[in-house]
Amino acid sequence: MVELREKSPCDGLLPLSIGALTVTELALGQVTSIAPYPGQLDQVRADMSETHGLRWPAANRSQSKQGVRLLWFGRDQALLIGQAADPKLAGHAALVDQSDGWACVALEGPGAEDVLARLCSIDLRPSVFKRGHSARCDLRHMMASVTRLGTQRFQIMVFRSMAQTLVHDLKTAMEAVAARG
Amino acid sequence: MRIAGYGSVADARDVSFTFNGRVLRGREGEPLAASLLANGIHLVGRSFKYHRPRGILTAGSEEPNALVTVGEGAAQEPNVRATTLPLREGLVARSQNCWPSVEFDAMAINDLAAPFLGAGFYYKTFMWPASFWEKLYEPLIRRAAGLGALSGAPDDATYEKAFAHCDLLVIGGGPAGLMAALQAARGGADVILCDEDLTPGGRLQSEQEQIDGVPAQQWVDRTIAELDSYDTVRRMPSTTVTGVYDQGTYAALERHHGRGSSAPVACFWRIVAKRAILAAGALERPIAFANNDRPGIMMAGAVRSYLNRWGVACGERVSVFGNNDDAHRTARDLTAAGVHVAAVIDSRHDAPTSTEFRVIRGAQVCNSSGRGRLDAITLRSVAGEEKLQTDCLAMSGGWNPTLHLTCHLNGRPRWQRDIAAFVPQTEGSIGAVPGLEPVGACRGLFTTAQALQDGAEAAQRALEALGKTAVAIDVPQSETDAYRITPLWSVPAHSRAHGKPSGGFAWMQGRAWVDFQNDVTVKDICQAAQENFASVEHMKRYTTQGMATDQGKSSNVLALAVLAEATGQTIAQTGTTTFRPPYVPVPLGAMAAGATGQGYTPRRLLTSHAVAEDRGATMMEVGLWYRAAYFPQQGESNWRQSCDREVGYVRSAVGVTDVSTLGKIDIQGPDAAKLLDFVYVNRFAKLAPGRVRYGLMLREDGFVMDDGTTACLAPDHYVMTTTTAAAGQVMAHLEFVTQVMQPDWQVRISSVTEQWAQFSVAGPQSRALLDGLLDGGFDAADWPFMSCGRVSIGGVAARMFRISFSGEEAYEIAVPARYGESLFTALVAQAEALGGGAYGMEALNVLRLEKGFLTHAEINGTASLHDLGMEGMQKSDRPFVGQVMAARPGLVDKNRGRLVGLKPRDADQKLTAGAHVFDPEDTVERINDQGYVTSVGHSPTLGHMIGLALVSNGLDRIGDPVRVVDHTAGLDVICEITDPVFFDPEGERARG
Amino acid sequence: MRLLCPICGERDRREFTYRGAAVAQPAPEASAAEWHAYVHLRDNPAGPLEEWWHHQQGCGAWVKLRRDTTTHQMLDPLAGQTPATTAGRT
Repeated sequence: MVELREKSPCDGLLPLSIGALTVTELALGQVTSIAPYPGQLDQVRADMSETHGLRWPAANRSQSKQGVRLLWFGRDQALLIGQAADPKLAGHAALVDQSDGWACVALEGPGAEDVLARLCSIDLRPSVFKRGHSARCDLRHMMASVTRLGTQRFQIMVFRSMAQTLVHDLKTAMEAVAARG
Repeated sequence: MRIAGYGSVADARDVSFTFNGRVLRGREGEPLAASLLANGIHLVGRSFKYHRPRGILTAGSEEPNALVTVGEGAAQEPNVRATTLPLREGLVARSQNCWPSVEFDAMAINDLAAPFLGAGFYYKTFMWPASFWEKLYEPLIRRAAGLGALSGAPDDATYEKAFAHCDLLVIGGGPAGLMAALQAARGGADVILCDEDLTPGGRLQSEQEQIDGVPAQQWVDRTIAELDSYDTVRRMPSTTVTGVYDQGTYAALERHHGRGSSAPVACFWRIVAKRAILAAGALERPIAFANNDRPGIMMAGAVRSYLNRWGVACGERVSVFGNNDDAHRTARDLTAAGVHVAAVIDSRHDAPTSTEFRVIRGAQVCNSSGRGRLDAITLRSVAGEEKLQTDCLAMSGGWNPTLHLTCHLNGRPRWQRDIAAFVPQTEGSIGAVPGLEPVGACRGLFTTAQALQDGAEAAQRALEALGKTAVAIDVPQSETDAYRITPLWSVPAHSRAHGKPSGGFAWMQGRAWVDFQNDVTVKDICQAAQENFASVEHMKRYTTQGMATDQGKSSNVLALAVLAEATGQTIAQTGTTTFRPPYVPVPLGAMAAGATGQGYTPRRLLTSHAVAEDRGATMMEVGLWYRAAYFPQQGESNWRQSCDREVGYVRSAVGVTDVSTLGKIDIQGPDAAKLLDFVYVNRFAKLAPGRVRYGLMLREDGFVMDDGTTACLAPDHYVMTTTTAAAGQVMAHLEFVTQVMQPDWQVRISSVTEQWAQFSVAGPQSRALLDGLLDGGFDAADWPFMSCGRVSIGGVAARMFRISFSGEEAYEIAVPARYGESLFTALVAQAEALGGGAYGMEALNVLRLEKGFLTHAEINGTASLHDLGMEGMQKSDRPFVGQVMAARPGLVDKNRGRLVGLKPRDADQKLTAGAHVFDPEDTVERINDQGYVTSVGHSPTLGHMIGLALVSNGLDRIGDPVRVVDHTAGLDVICEITDPVFFDPEGERARG
Repeated sequence: MRLLCPICGERDRREFTYRGAAVAQPAPEASAAEWHAYVHLRDNPAGPLEEWWHHQQGCGAWVKLRRDTTTHQMLDPLAGQTPATTAGRT
């Protein structure tokens, strides 16, 4: 029998440290995209709270509870991260396995916002983009999802195939920020 | 000459630098111009066109003359303004546009040829013959005229680019800007304060003034300390806002001077602000008089800057020439510093007098003399002409508000008579920048007291607009001296009494310079008017006034005043030219920051990438993807050999290739089949679970968008594949269909391209390979052609599709991407054990060509269903996207290019994609064109080149000879038109 | 230029792709002339224009916006649409 070995999207690329900033790969575990069918959002909301005990996130927000996260991921779409989706949800929403589709990293340290300001055009001011806030946005021509996990900690997701470019672009931006001292 | 006790850099480190090969000393952080003046150097460069000696005119970014080249080799940067370049240890700078030296410049001969080189000279002289323009005239002119040159080597400096957001952007760090920022910060707004200068204070740094009863600098320091205490205030020094764009987007260039060699040299910012306050100050303008461009003649405000801010006296016997009260400040400050002031020449009869220096009222400076540097001026009054010895003339024709940014959205400034200057239009007028409020000097309020008050009030209004609570305004006491001016634009070289001199080079005595950087004189502007280039926009283009790197910051208003005089119009009637971004030159490197090298575009790497590279694969770019083109083996000397071998794997054994780049779209929901039927031309409603179907989709205009297969995984659950090229387009199309056209359908689409690593296993030995791979073995009876289902590999749940893009029996296996690399390695090893191996894009292309399968070389955006021979696939009982448009007569005309095969009559002959097809009897001319070749490849199976082509009425011409011509490749071949399917036309092999 | 996505808020135009004027689509069985007009004929007004923009690098929504073509000013950004998630935005 063939034995298939796993490889993570950022294998061999991370961790990375420049100055006080670090980038590490985040293992998400099971990731399921949940897209309610038109007009079914209320039902899915109810199912979600019943089956997973999570509130459906408002646009640009994320919810989390005991290591399981529900991350808004675009128009009428959320990602359930860290737990298999309850089959009950499939009645009113399309469930799609995305556990392997995304490279996910954490950028952390003083100046993390300045690094992101070199890569994406969204407003990351702490007063505007708070902990738990999430955005689908352009990150140096890549479709990304950026979420604030803490004061100086962000989660960044891009297509798995773009992991190498993500790390390259983060490194360039981190070097520029570090050069400012 | 340094003045003890003056200047902010008095305690700065002494550093050495090199100018034109001379090692000199200066103070760290002061502008290079200050260091040069302190060393008694006024002659800095040669002018653009006439190679006239030029010195330092200003003390800011508006400098037209003192441009130098900094650095050497790849890092060499031309046209750097000496007035804004901070001095650092080891700086190397040199003069531009002169040879062999700035003191003796051979091209100064141009100055003698000036009568022939005036405005319009190029247009009139180099008209004939036209071919000489490119080959002779232009290279000659370019060599003779110009500014600094690039090194020609790639720029190895790095730049960065970044975004910032704020409630209020304050542009300018002078009194108005500081006061505005302070007021806004106190009111709780998020403020970004951009200041072109490295240190804050604006003109306050160059003047002797008191604010709140203390020297202005102390107030500046106190204000900065308070601003820095707010988390909500971000100060950006050395940052020039260069442009205003829509919806509160501002571009800004931040310069980093003298950081580590690997650090970025500049950052290009996009700042998004809800409101903005423009506090850009004002720029002093020169007065046009004969030989006013001589080194040593400077702006009066600049002379004060060098004295008060940098502790440098620009001369030992300074004279002042002005038409306004502000000019007198220069004389006062110089006298106080112990520098001798020869005289203040004021054109106004009612000018203020002084007990400290001689004031000559109602007089004008009409000429200057000196070799390489000023040594005397000639002044004229009712008493006649008088020569005055002086080594520096500080001139002031008044101040122009720096209103450029208010015009970037097409606003037009307004003439204000009492200050003889243009001011910004009021908010709300056509072209005014929404949310941008000019304050202080940049709207014509020239006293410090006015600036402070105006800045605070504007900030208060901004706070209100932002919904913040206003706090009480507390404006400190400051200077309120009125600014009085009587316009004086140009001084005639010769008074009427003396008449025009004649003979020799006398005409040269008369040139009064308006645009120092582009060498435009009063005479040029008058000539433009005389030749009826009387509109300001025409005059500008005819004379090139304002078209140099300084964009006419010093010269624009003066030039149009001269034009107004020449045309007998008022200045208000004459109007201004258009101010466009950028306000200061922005290096292209800064705009391209991050987009060079690998940063140019994202790279999409397959899970098999590392394995393919290890095997020596040559990679090719397919959109953003990198795919293996072929896998060379020992003994193979060119790609064709590798490709032929790999084609052989598939035709006779088994080949493995990564097909993960194809778009994969998961489609789920009760209305999923309805969606497929709506976007595909053919029928999908009855596709059963476990079955796959080929489909074609159209754009709304009826042309083919893409093709691919769709598999039914379960009831109401499908996975569609798209071509690699059109994956994004198809996804956006499906989004539009589901969100806009059919928003109520119970269906969701989602891209799973990245989730699955998918590999094709193709060839007669594919069954054997699968038998050894799949858990529980493989039974072909379970897997008819165009079937799909679940399989298990090493315990991993996978999907398998029996589809073929090669014409052989073939299977595509998809596993979650984390297993991609491992599966690819296993597949290749097993294929090799069966006499096959990995194949790349080149072989893949040949295999599909032999079968006449389509790619986007054929689905090229202008091909219809009919052209591709696919019109029979259309369903007629249900609507689909593009249906009506595809039936237009023009899209089904039999004389359109239709897809056919081509083979050269002589098997050794080549074909090229892009070659055009002609009847053998016809001449090779556009009107005889019969179509073109879309793809070609060498078929090792058939032993010759084959091609696909779109040929007019092609299907009726099978068997006919055609002439295939590609002039770019030197190709002229007779081919035979064939069926597009070259190999196994019945498809027996794929169905197995 | 910045566009107001009804889901994500104001975003830089580089996140969007442009489709063109939002013209009412004919019925599937409409005549070729009607389809021709829909596909090819545009008014190109100097002033307000309804357009389709795709927030492709963002939330993926197709957004209908009214823009003044002479000033690029965004007018009435929510015209003709209220995506389901908009209501939940806080």
